[in-house]
Amino acid sequence: MIHRRACLAVVTALVLATPAPAQEKFITVASTTSTQDSGLFGHILPLFKQETGIDVKVVAQGTGQALDTARRGDADVVFVHAKGQEEKFVAEGHGVRRFDVMYNDFVLIGPKADPAGIKGTKDVLTALRTVLAKKAPFVSRGDRSGTHAAEIKLWQLAGIDIAKEKGPWYREIGQGMGAALNTAGAMQAYVLSDRGTWLSFKNKGDLVIVVQGDDRLFNQYGIILVNPAKHPHVKKDLAQSFIDWILSPAGQKAIADYKINGEQLFFPNARKERS
Amino acid sequence: MDSAPALALLLSGDPALYGIAALSLKVSLSAVVIASLLGMPLGAALAIGRIPGRALLTVLINACMGLPPVVVGLAVFLLLSRSGPLGALGLLFTPAAMVIAQAILVTPIIAGLTRQVIEDLWTEYRDEFAAMHIGPVRRAAALLWDARFSLVTTWLAGFGRAAAEVGAVMIVGGNIDGFTRTMTTAIALETSKGDLPLAMGLGLLLIAIVLIVNALAWGVRRLGERFAG
Amino acid sequence: MRAPDSGLPILFDRVSLRAGETAILRDVSLSLAPGAPTVLIGPNGAGKTSLIRIAMGLQKPSGGSISWGGRPAPPPGRLAIVFQRPVMLRRSVRANIAFALAGQGLSRTERHARVARLLDLAALGGLADRPARRLSGGEQQRLALARALAREPEALFLDEPANNLDPAATKSVEALIRNAAASGIKIVMTTHDLGQARRLGGEIIFLAGGQLLERAPADRFFAAPATEKAAAFLRGDIVE
Repeated sequence: MIHRRACLAVVTALVLATPAPAQEKFITVASTTSTQDSGLFGHILPLFKQETGIDVKVVAQGTGQALDTARRGDADVVFVHAKGQEEKFVAEGHGVRRFDVMYNDFVLIGPKADPAGIKGTKDVLTALRTVLAKKAPFVSRGDRSGTHAAEIKLWQLAGIDIAKEKGPWYREIGQGMGAALNTAGAMQAYVLSDRGTWLSFKNKGDLVIVVQGDDRLFNQYGIILVNPAKHPHVKKDLAQSFIDWILSPAGQKAIADYKINGEQLFFPNARKERS
Repeated sequence: MDSAPALALLLSGDPALYGIAALSLKVSLSAVVIASLLGMPLGAALAIGRIPGRALLTVLINACMGLPPVVVGLAVFLLLSRSGPLGALGLLFTPAAMVIAQAILVTPIIAGLTRQVIEDLWTEYRDEFAAMHIGPVRRAAALLWDARFSLVTTWLAGFGRAAAEVGAVMIVGGNIDGFTRTMTTAIALETSKGDLPLAMGLGLLLIAIVLIVNALAWGVRRLGERFAG
Repeated sequence: MRAPDSGLPILFDRVSLRAGETAILRDVSLSLAPGAPTVLIGPNGAGKTSLIRIAMGLQKPSGGSISWGGRPAPPPGRLAIVFQRPVMLRRSVRANIAFALAGQGLSRTERHARVARLLDLAALGGLADRPARRLSGGEQQRLALARALAREPEALFLDEPANNLDPAATKSVEALIRNAAASGIKIVMTTHDLGQARRLGGEIIFLAGGQLLERAPADRFFAAPATEKAAAFLRGDIVE
């Protein structure tokens, strides 16, 4: 009899020990795998918490998925890198306003052996045309992320309709940047990556940067407050303080200070005057 | 690949790591507790009750034992999303959502296995209970209690399933650092960051935890059997 | 004057029991009323166990009818049975007896008192907190008896009690049975042990081939069985 009651007590304690819905201040930010995998948030969020006491919970998905999460009202802020999609999001009324936060660039990654012979090419479009011509293995995010959107745009600029031209050499994996790099390494394939994730990636194997520096590889990140008019439960005050902080000199400096092996990953470019 | 720092991290009792392991345990154990409260009476009822549609329910539960975690995750996600029916609860991307998803996954397992165990015991006890005119609720309770040692295996099966899955908790939890990151989602993350030694280390730690839970349960069972016959 | 919810007498009216093609009981008519213990004997497969299962209301006959104190069903709690292989619950001896008393609307003190009395009666006091499954065969039989007697039944059915028990254990089990009979409980039991039948029987019912062949007070039956088959059985011949 006694041990039966003890069991019940243990069980009840366990169930109650599950963290109750937090009473502390927190917001939910839908962001991208590239910002998460690069380790940026691990660096800047503690600084924000220190200053304001607000916990930032980051749900990292592809850009497309992050915007959808926000459309469903499951996030307070969106922080992604596909300007076209972001502007559409605001136009639909789901976001209040879009602000530039920081940029870096994309790099074309490939195996050291360089089967398509494009290493060192300055023009990324030429490189892509060569990849298609040689049917060299190429890994695509295929997940409506900012990087994926950028990749599709580059094919378009190169005059290639990739949906028609793709073949077995073009592998769409539908996963995040880290997974794409892992896959490219294993398959000895080319892949478009953001520099941030690439620099912090720990399984480079014999992958190297094959093309960089082309203007068209510019990668802009933007931040948007989810519209409280459409989603009344959005924590608009707390969320706004996050946006304000990220755009403030303190936040911008925090972003610039994030380095891996002395190399800066993201370059802050918020506009100084905001209305 | 430098595995030394990863190993050092694992052995150092790093608080973040400890937090991840603790969360995994809490979520999976809570899910098993809830699943037991729902599944054990259901399993017992199916074993001894003359419920209409009993055969169909049994087949359904057995089939649900193999529910794909990611599908359950998706279903719970749609339920708990702000634009879903239970959105007002604000449970998405919290540990509570993960417990709910895992409880849904584990309940059929516990119900199905309990049914099996109780059915076997019922054939033995049937006449005695009939002669003593024991009502169905007392019958179920007595059988569940008497089968408690066999049911330990049932709980372990449920716990194993919960602790091992990543699909459901990833979708409904969001793998938020320091909040909904469990061992399995952390392994997925570290793998995608290319930190394979750390991912492997976490994997071994997870296996070790599951082994310890199993060993404890086995110990409890052996002790119990020794003292209660 | 019988209590209004009495289950006795148990009246069998041309009861038969079939299992597929086989007839287990054929045209059995009898009445079980309060009085001396009734012992059923007969060869294996004669239908003895089936008869008492039907009398307990655990099995429905294929033909004929039964009534309990004039009712179509036995009133709950008035009849009890000790099976050939009684099932011990996975708990202590005390808890096993308490289980039989649960849900009876007894207060805790009453229940404790009854359990204590029954433990005493069955000489299991020293083993009260031992896990029931760890008892010896004889002790388990006594526990099963104590459990059956817990609700103070009018009639107690026993299927081969003391089967496979050594003489000492047999003695203690039979003492309990005699005790119960003395306190007014109608005993109906089966046995293949003729010695036991002699020791405990007030009256004997002889079954063979599913039919009730003879019924008589014990001394008369053993001294001078009326039927040929009964005589053959007592002689030790194989009877079908």
